[in-house]
Amino acid sequence: MDSVKATLTTPIFRNNPIALQILGICSALAVTSSLQVTLVMCVALTFVCAFSNLGVSIIRRHIPGSIRIIVQMVIIASLVIVVDQFLKAYAYAISKQLSVFVGLIITNCIVMGRAEAYAMKNPPLPSFIDGIGNGLGYSVVLIAVAVVRELFGAGKLMGFEILPLVTEGGWYNPNGLLLLPPSAFFLIGMFIWALRSVQKEQVEEPDFKMASHTTVREGA
Amino acid sequence: MEALLSLFIRAIFIENMALAFFLGMCTFLAISKKIQAALGLGIAVVVVLTITVPVNNLIYNYLLSDGALAWAGLPDMDLSFLGLLSYIGVIAAIVQILEMFLDRFVPALYNALGVFLPLITVNCAILGASLFMVERDYTFAESVVFGAGSGVGWALAIVALAGIREKLKYSDVPEGLQGLGITFIIVGLMSLGFMSFGGIDI
Repeated sequence: MDSVKATLTTPIFRNNPIALQILGICSALAVTSSLQVTLVMCVALTFVCAFSNLGVSIIRRHIPGSIRIIVQMVIIASLVIVVDQFLKAYAYAISKQLSVFVGLIITNCIVMGRAEAYAMKNPPLPSFIDGIGNGLGYSVVLIAVAVVRELFGAGKLMGFEILPLVTEGGWYNPNGLLLLPPSAFFLIGMFIWALRSVQKEQVEEPDFKMASHTTVREGA
Repeated sequence: MEALLSLFIRAIFIENMALAFFLGMCTFLAISKKIQAALGLGIAVVVVLTITVPVNNLIYNYLLSDGALAWAGLPDMDLSFLGLLSYIGVIAAIVQILEMFLDRFVPALYNALGVFLPLITVNCAILGASLFMVERDYTFAESVVFGAGSGVGWALAIVALAGIREKLKYSDVPEGLQGLGITFIIVGLMSLGFMSFGGIDI
């Protein structure tokens, strides 16, 4: 039971796919300007990641080593097609907003990375849980970024007004930069900084150390 | 002709794949520590994009889109749901063919690009360009120009970032921001810079 819990929770903070392994950043940045769209994206990614891990793990002994990438790719692409068609049928407006980013789950390195690194070596059930764990790790970062961007950029969350805007007779003057693409980079940079201040072992070693200042006596 | 030139400029600067749509970010951040490597990867991306986008355009228009199979006597067939699977298959196959072709006929270029070619299959900029091409209904000529333009834009962005990062390792960065964190913030500033190209029209 403990190992199940560890498989599920390690990727969320201790080994976060976005902040530590630099995987799956493409979509993390592009869809986070509104919380609703972000939530749909997170659910879609967690679904694909969990089931592709399950699928790859079930047939892992039958995949020839030389063509394993293409086999994984086909499994992932089929799952993404299911998600894409489902969204088009039941949430057309959101699928329009997500535009190409649902399709890009195929090349999302988290999904490929987990299939290759974990599912090829482990039995189906742990792989499935690992997929959910990594999906959640991705979701935590995305939701944090989306909440900041939508709340302070538009004064809303999920389309409901939280901070009344000046233009509509309220008091909050929105920060338009947060709705533009560059803000996502700044926010993830800050998020990584915060995470690494808590978990010191994730800090990268600098290539060159700054020399300390010379003392007055040495200078003279 | 003017429309194509305008599309080319827009794909490079205004709708830059890396800095405006965040595509290909994983390789963008991982391979941008040295200018030499960044340049090699950039050229490989330009070549692959210029080939794959037009090929996927033909596949979409003559095999997959609604009514495209009319030439085969199947006017009611709509295979567009198979799009994702076909595009990624085409990309993987073309990268593989390109690799074998270069290995056989242009070994010098193969040695320079060799390591990067397999990486490109899973680069979202490549698949993303094909998906944008379908979504925006480009014609064949437009898709060639769009493919080349987005490749050049991506290459430009990664070489510029590598140049900055080569200087950056001599600077004094706060502990937790070291490495990945400061890179994100720099890419944010670059993206802010590229946004000032917005609104340019030829």
